[in-house]
Amino acid sequence: MTLAKKRAMTAYVFLALPLVFFVGVRFGPMLYAMGRSLTDWSLLRKTNQFIGLDNFTAVLSDGVFLKSLGNTLTYALVGAPIVIGLSLGIALLLNRVIHARGLFRLIYILPYITPIVAVSWVWRWMYQSPPLGILNALFSALGLPARDFLLSPKEALYSILAVNIWVELGYCTTVFLAGIQTIPMDCIEAAKIDGATDGQVLFRIILPLLMPITLFLMIMQGIQFLRIFTPVYNMSSQAMGGPLDSTKSAALYIYQMAFTKFEMGRAAAASLILFALIMAVTLLQLRLFDKRATGQEQ
Amino acid sequence: MKRFGVIGLVLIVLLVVAAQAASAQTVTITYWQYFYQSKVDLMTDLIKQFEAKNPGIKVEQVTFPYESYNQKVAASIPAGEGPEIINLYSGWLPMYVKAAYLQPLPKTVFSDSYMKSTYYPFVVDAVNFGGKLYAAPTAVRTLALIWNKKLFREAGLDPEKPPVTLDDLAAYAKKLSKYDAQGNLIQAGLTMQPNGQGHNWIRDVLFRQFGVAPYDATGRKVTYATPQGVAALQWYMDRITKDKVGYPNFTTDDVTAFKAQKAAMTIDGSFRIATLKAVTDLDWGAAELPSNKGIQSNFASFWTHGIVAGVSGKKLDASIKFLQFITSPEAMEQWLARVGELPANPKIAAAHKDDPIVSVFMKGLAYAHATAFVDEAGQRNLFVDMVDEINLKGAKVDDVLKRTAAQEQKLIDDFWK
Repeated sequence: MTLAKKRAMTAYVFLALPLVFFVGVRFGPMLYAMGRSLTDWSLLRKTNQFIGLDNFTAVLSDGVFLKSLGNTLTYALVGAPIVIGLSLGIALLLNRVIHARGLFRLIYILPYITPIVAVSWVWRWMYQSPPLGILNALFSALGLPARDFLLSPKEALYSILAVNIWVELGYCTTVFLAGIQTIPMDCIEAAKIDGATDGQVLFRIILPLLMPITLFLMIMQGIQFLRIFTPVYNMSSQAMGGPLDSTKSAALYIYQMAFTKFEMGRAAAASLILFALIMAVTLLQLRLFDKRATGQEQ
Repeated sequence: MKRFGVIGLVLIVLLVVAAQAASAQTVTITYWQYFYQSKVDLMTDLIKQFEAKNPGIKVEQVTFPYESYNQKVAASIPAGEGPEIINLYSGWLPMYVKAAYLQPLPKTVFSDSYMKSTYYPFVVDAVNFGGKLYAAPTAVRTLALIWNKKLFREAGLDPEKPPVTLDDLAAYAKKLSKYDAQGNLIQAGLTMQPNGQGHNWIRDVLFRQFGVAPYDATGRKVTYATPQGVAALQWYMDRITKDKVGYPNFTTDDVTAFKAQKAAMTIDGSFRIATLKAVTDLDWGAAELPSNKGIQSNFASFWTHGIVAGVSGKKLDASIKFLQFITSPEAMEQWLARVGELPANPKIAAAHKDDPIVSVFMKGLAYAHATAFVDEAGQRNLFVDMVDEINLKGAKVDDVLKRTAAQEQKLIDDFWK
């Protein structure tokens, strides 16, 4: 056996363990769920039967599920771009800061490293109506009318979204900042000597070089927002995704179908639909941005 | 090394044999309930008393958090790993009986005449499925009007005279509500929390007081979508939208609001007694639910013990004995003293009619109804959404009530299909 072969063997041996984990914990249950989505499996029945695509038609004709899918898309389509845009701006500003940069970075990363359940509950209290909520106390001190926030079917989703954006901001800012710092200074200096303006440096050098990172964050954040669960679970009354299902995400719908209604077959069908949605969005993003990202790298 | 191995093996074999010999003499059964400190402590004591009286039977108590209890129970069905005796909410019984999770109580011990003479009538109705009785409770709960005496004094009301009619209740609630300069409610006169006990109050109290029963005698037909039902719901909604004495989720929920003295009156169950007694600076009283045109009504519910299907032989005998013990008069007395819930046996309850708080909840039992939920969470949520539709979206009361009745009917039909 040559040295190269030996090395490869070692690598395969080390990779085998995570592979077992992946097959056992990820792919196995996924395939199982696919099979189960075609049965009328309920926790409350000892036997279950093959029912074809009935679960899919039932779920897709359930108004609540369609609403939760719409909410999920709103979370992702509004949330992810805002997070990317804001964190890029913050990272660019932080890059210019000379004093106390570490402190700023710490401040932005703090929400991300705080347990999301704790974050959700603190915000839930801050959003309270008078006389409790600190935000409404502030409005009242400024002479502004109180807002309903989580109590209003129109505002609740965006109130939860704002918290999730605030949480994700720290992570994205840190990644962007690391990316900006890998851009070779001589590129920028050379451009400046050639008379490039700040705007040109930003749009012609920094942003194109950040493209791979932006793509990575777009995909990760897209998935993150499409799977949103914990903030919705903790910030809506009795974890119902209310008022009037206005904040219910697809993930919460699946959870309720599985663990309060015990309809596992339907929950499996709904989760496959969510899976397909996430897959489609991710592939679309890859298509749209990948060429530009890799093109710039060459 | 080898010798030690052999000795070790022999020792293990001996231990296994000894353990099996010992377990042949004692029968171990398991009891499940959700975690509620005073209930768990009491059950631990009851088990000790039972084991002292019944050598040869060991009872293990296993508890789960309330939030995940129903899930644990449901998940134990396909897994085939559950307890012998289980504590379930009365509203979950139809679901678990249909799932064949429970076995009927043995007629030899829990005969029809025994059950009828031991329990309140609504209890026997709620555990009866197709003529078979499936569970027996120790304690039962009803609703009452709970009020804050300090806030009554502040509003110039007699703190010892709670409202007795719905008209009084509405008038008192208005007097007890406070608003800030911008008109925001900062002290609720009355909690309006459908996802707490509010949906039960509407369903089994207000509907009846306005002249309509929520369901027919079989419990399978929704009957509240009538002009009387509309009047009842309108009365409830007027408190939120017209009088503005409270609204859903004010200060997160009704219990928080009342404990924080941000709500002057609330409708809550006897299970809340211990919680409220623990708040030291809270001066409160409990009264019978306000009546309307002389009609009194109340909502009763209970947690009850059943024997899981498939338990047989010695374990079944032990389970029956244990069930008998934890539903005995002495257990009921201890339950009342330590948990605060009312004895499920009217004769035992009658001995406590002089206790000012207990007596109020007890009086409610005389005219209480127990809803036969098929999907307690689902049916509750329909009422929560019904109130939200009207309050938040300005939907018309009669439209929403009609729609809710149809949705609930579908839920019930799907269940019994």
